[in-house]
Amino acid sequence: MPIEVRHLTHCYSEGSVLRTVALDDVSFTINDGEFVGIIGHTGSGKSTLVQHLNGLLKPSSGQVLIDGEDLNGEHVNRRALRQRIGLVFQYPEYQLFEESVEKDIAFGPKNQKLSPEEIAERVRYAMDCVHLDYDKYAARSPFELSGGQMRRVAIAGVLAMKPSILILDEPTAGLDPRGRDKILSMLEELHQREHVTTLMVSHSMDDMARLAGRLLVMSEGKVVADGTPREIFAQEDMMTSIGLDVPEAARLCARLRAKGYDLPADLFRPEELREHLLRLWKEGSAC
Amino acid sequence: MLNNITMGQYYPVDSKVHRLDPRIKLILTIVFIVIVFLAKTFAGYALIFAFVWMVSRIANIPFRMLLRGLKPLRIIIILTFLLNLFFTSGETVWVQFWIIRITKEGFLQAAFYSLRLIFLVLGTSLLTLTTSPVSLSDGIEILLTPLKKIHFPAHELAMMMTIALRFIPTLLEETDKIMKAQMARGADFESGNLISRAKAMVPLLVPLFVSAFRRAGDLAMAMESRCYHGGEGRTRLRVLKITRNDWIACAVVALLLALIILEGIFL
Amino acid sequence: MHADTRVQLNDVTYTYEEQASPALSGVSAVIQPGEFVAVLGHNGSGKSTMAKLLNALYIPTKGDVVVCGYNTREEKYVWEIRQRAGMIFQNPDNQIVATVVKEDVAFGLENLGVPTEEMLPRIESALAAVRMSKYADNAPHMLSGGQKQRVAIAGILAMEPSLIIADEATAMLDPSGRKEVLDTIRTLNRQKGITVVWITHFMEEAALADRVLVVTDGEIRLSGTPAEVFDRVDEMREMHLDVPHMTSLAGDLRAEGMPLRPGILTVDELVEEVERLCPLKSAT
Repeated sequence: MPIEVRHLTHCYSEGSVLRTVALDDVSFTINDGEFVGIIGHTGSGKSTLVQHLNGLLKPSSGQVLIDGEDLNGEHVNRRALRQRIGLVFQYPEYQLFEESVEKDIAFGPKNQKLSPEEIAERVRYAMDCVHLDYDKYAARSPFELSGGQMRRVAIAGVLAMKPSILILDEPTAGLDPRGRDKILSMLEELHQREHVTTLMVSHSMDDMARLAGRLLVMSEGKVVADGTPREIFAQEDMMTSIGLDVPEAARLCARLRAKGYDLPADLFRPEELREHLLRLWKEGSAC
Repeated sequence: MLNNITMGQYYPVDSKVHRLDPRIKLILTIVFIVIVFLAKTFAGYALIFAFVWMVSRIANIPFRMLLRGLKPLRIIIILTFLLNLFFTSGETVWVQFWIIRITKEGFLQAAFYSLRLIFLVLGTSLLTLTTSPVSLSDGIEILLTPLKKIHFPAHELAMMMTIALRFIPTLLEETDKIMKAQMARGADFESGNLISRAKAMVPLLVPLFVSAFRRAGDLAMAMESRCYHGGEGRTRLRVLKITRNDWIACAVVALLLALIILEGIFL
Repeated sequence: MHADTRVQLNDVTYTYEEQASPALSGVSAVIQPGEFVAVLGHNGSGKSTMAKLLNALYIPTKGDVVVCGYNTREEKYVWEIRQRAGMIFQNPDNQIVATVVKEDVAFGLENLGVPTEEMLPRIESALAAVRMSKYADNAPHMLSGGQKQRVAIAGILAMEPSLIIADEATAMLDPSGRKEVLDTIRTLNRQKGITVVWITHFMEEAALADRVLVVTDGEIRLSGTPAEVFDRVDEMREMHLDVPHMTSLAGDLRAEGMPLRPGILTVDELVEEVERLCPLKSAT
């Protein structure tokens, strides 16, 4: 179910002195099953873009097409369309409200008007996806759980709607390394298993390096780069000029190459660097 | 979007009125309300209108800002007008149509009572437009201080008001976020009858309340960490001073009061 | 009165009410004046509990905490302790009390009963120290997370503390906000000699400290300079903590026989070592 964005522009406070252009003529296409990372400095328009993809915001101009249908078109059932797109906001645990984990996760499927059997099945499915044991957690109050667990319940709430597109805004924000690792593994597994088209907004280059097959780099409301992580991280100067970092491994590679070492231009994973550095050392000592 | 709401209706320009002591403004507003109730004729209302207009000019507040305060109450004002128009008994009949009967007396009474409402709103608007919420809270706290003798928690009340005002924009932002998150899960806040819409509020209100409690706990800890221990021994950054302009304002309102009393006697 | 500005934890145990096992057990540490100590641990390790014991928000179940010469058990000194040991919290919003930045910075001063004439100069210098002077009359809700945290720091600074405790102060900020806050605190530590206790789970922040205390399961497991602590890569991983990428890479290379020096934390350090071990042949 591809997403196609055509010349999307969004202005806040149109017609007043405070008018700001949050998105400026943004165009791109996302294909079925891709895992796309959206990176950019705060204020680059990432969050605004994400809200357009779910139809929460209306474009000032331009179109958002889901599977060929204009999201903001005249005869479109926006609510139905919206339910095919699962959007997980930042700190989603703040939206939990039900008495039990099961009921909260069931909220989405209930709104989709599914039968009670289907709803129960969806809840189990979703809890399985986020590695929360049904027997242990389903009846508990979400407010008793730890922060990381609450977040997984919130994500399950969206997964239970079985969206064909999953959009996550900073899914690891505020979590410690262990919590981050759990969420990322879960997303990795989910993507591999279900091939849901996934978009992830994040500040963490490490998260992107690990999961994204493609990166959209945003700055000041525009998409300034679109490519694989390998291609993007090799452009350290461009990234620093828009206020972003590249993974340390990529920086190491660039510095060593600048000193004259024979390394490929686009290394960004520590494992790759390890291989190459060992090679350099062995070659050196062989002389 | 929602966080561009200025708190209360405060209109932040500089003027002599803005700089008046908030305690004086509070007291004068109360006196103004009494004046509005004392006036008995349209002549009195003309005086009151002149007063309101003059104050808004000195305060550099565009009149339409002042009128904006009437918007939320327009239904009550219209209702007051219509009820008095149709149901006052009078002699000089202007319109007689089916069961509808409009008399001159009815019209005048309707106008009078509606105007009374309007002036009450305009008067309080003048207060809130020219006094920042923080000054108001200060003024209220100091005015209520004598009540501390009977253990009235004037300081705590003022502190509560300040904190509430501080968090209004933050809570509005949060409401917006929660609404969007629930809408993304298919929640519908717009359609349906009253009951279903009330039920739909649960996914919005529960998270808000939970978060508000959490904020309160965090804030209490932060306040204690900065040595907050109630009103005892606290000093203040902002010190209120009564200046000559405050006395002039009192004199003007006193004059208005005198004129209205005279109007009541002679007209 | 007390010129001693050390912080001492003597065999401190703390158990939350209604909990069976202690959040902290038998923790001892001394923090010297002017030190920048990072307390690193995953969520639930006890590090936040430790922070709150340092300014008498919590009193130890067993053992003692002595801050600037005052024992936190002595209730009558609690305000002296909190004036000297200021704390900033994780949620930037939930520590700002007033509707205007300047007035929030004044909050602590008002609580301490500082005379009105003295307040404004102290507020101005505190805002200048965190580079927020031009926002003095702004409403806090319009500020970014990093700016809000800086206002919180100013609020503490105005009280003239000897020690600033930052309880995961950057956890909810974006990378530029984190940098802002960390830079501000480091400057205060270096230029004004304010002792800093920096609670975090971000290893790149801990890497900048003078000393790192690694807390896990309520105990201090590792203590030392960042280089010493992070080199113990396997132990850190066991505790579900991150290690700087370069340290981890260096560890892996060492395991394969490459004789890198210990304590490599940054890209530049690793580049130096690579240059040393794999000298480039001169161009022919």
